[in-house]
Amino acid sequence: MKKLFLPLLIVTAALFAYAPFAIHYAPYESTMGLVQKIFYFHVPSWIAMFCAAVVCGLAGAMVIFAGRKDADRVAQAAAELAVVFGLMGLLTGPLWGRKAWGVWWQWDARLTSALVMWLVFVAYLLLRKYGGAGSEKLSAVLALFGMANVPFVYWSVNVWRTVHPKTSVVMTLKPSMGIPFLLCSVAFVALFTVLLAARVRLENVRASIDELYLSLED
Amino acid sequence: MTKGVKVAGLLFVIALFVVPAFAMQQPPSPPDGFVPASSLPGQEQLPAAPLVIVAYAVVWLLVLGYLWSIWNRLARAERELADVSRRLAAGQRR
Repeated sequence: MKKLFLPLLIVTAALFAYAPFAIHYAPYESTMGLVQKIFYFHVPSWIAMFCAAVVCGLAGAMVIFAGRKDADRVAQAAAELAVVFGLMGLLTGPLWGRKAWGVWWQWDARLTSALVMWLVFVAYLLLRKYGGAGSEKLSAVLALFGMANVPFVYWSVNVWRTVHPKTSVVMTLKPSMGIPFLLCSVAFVALFTVLLAARVRLENVRASIDELYLSLED
Repeated sequence: MTKGVKVAGLLFVIALFVVPAFAMQQPPSPPDGFVPASSLPGQEQLPAAPLVIVAYAVVWLLVLGYLWSIWNRLARAERELADVSRRLAAGQRR
């Protein structure tokens, strides 16, 4: 991962530098106009959040069933990223909704389930910070619950009546909108990978410090 | 727990209760007939540009803020690692 970090960082920076131009040249959507352009950052931020939730859940499963300490560090890093990317989605969505629906928020299936999933990861971080000894396993279980929310949040728009656009919107995008969207999605997933690597490194350094303190005490 | 964390926690808990109260607002009832766009009230002619600008600014601020936070925490942890390693090496020499 160390060898891949710098090239990935350069690719991510290049994608984010090019993204505003791609979004600028994408055509306006017929009914929503300019405000629909929030879509190019809003949906990719949720894609990155889902990636973080899945990584956190899988790492949590490794903590529970295999007792892996390295997986615990990955889970902790991914949970923090799930909160950051989820916050991006939760803040940009209402700005779009205010113009498109006339309200900042609706307590419908998609918005509420997304908020609940985000709160699960906030709870994970609070548990890790204030849970004391043994909180790794408890929070790993919470991470599994967070990951289990992902399919519910994703399919909620297709199963329940909601004001939110359906998942089919993405699949039916014309190339003029689809290509900028794909570029932004790749940029966000790359950003997630870069931030995850940096955040895991922080946890590894902290683990080394703890080991050294134990050696000092001995 | 530091004072800053306590304040942030308190604000988070307040937000959990206050946000739903504001968010429960219902959409305005539909008009009885078609209304020309030029005679709509100001609120209905909400310009999209500020919303788009704020949305992109929020994303950039969060990304840059989080990058700064990781950078800061990593630098502090690496300083501490170097310091503890030095103390350990000094202890072994004695």
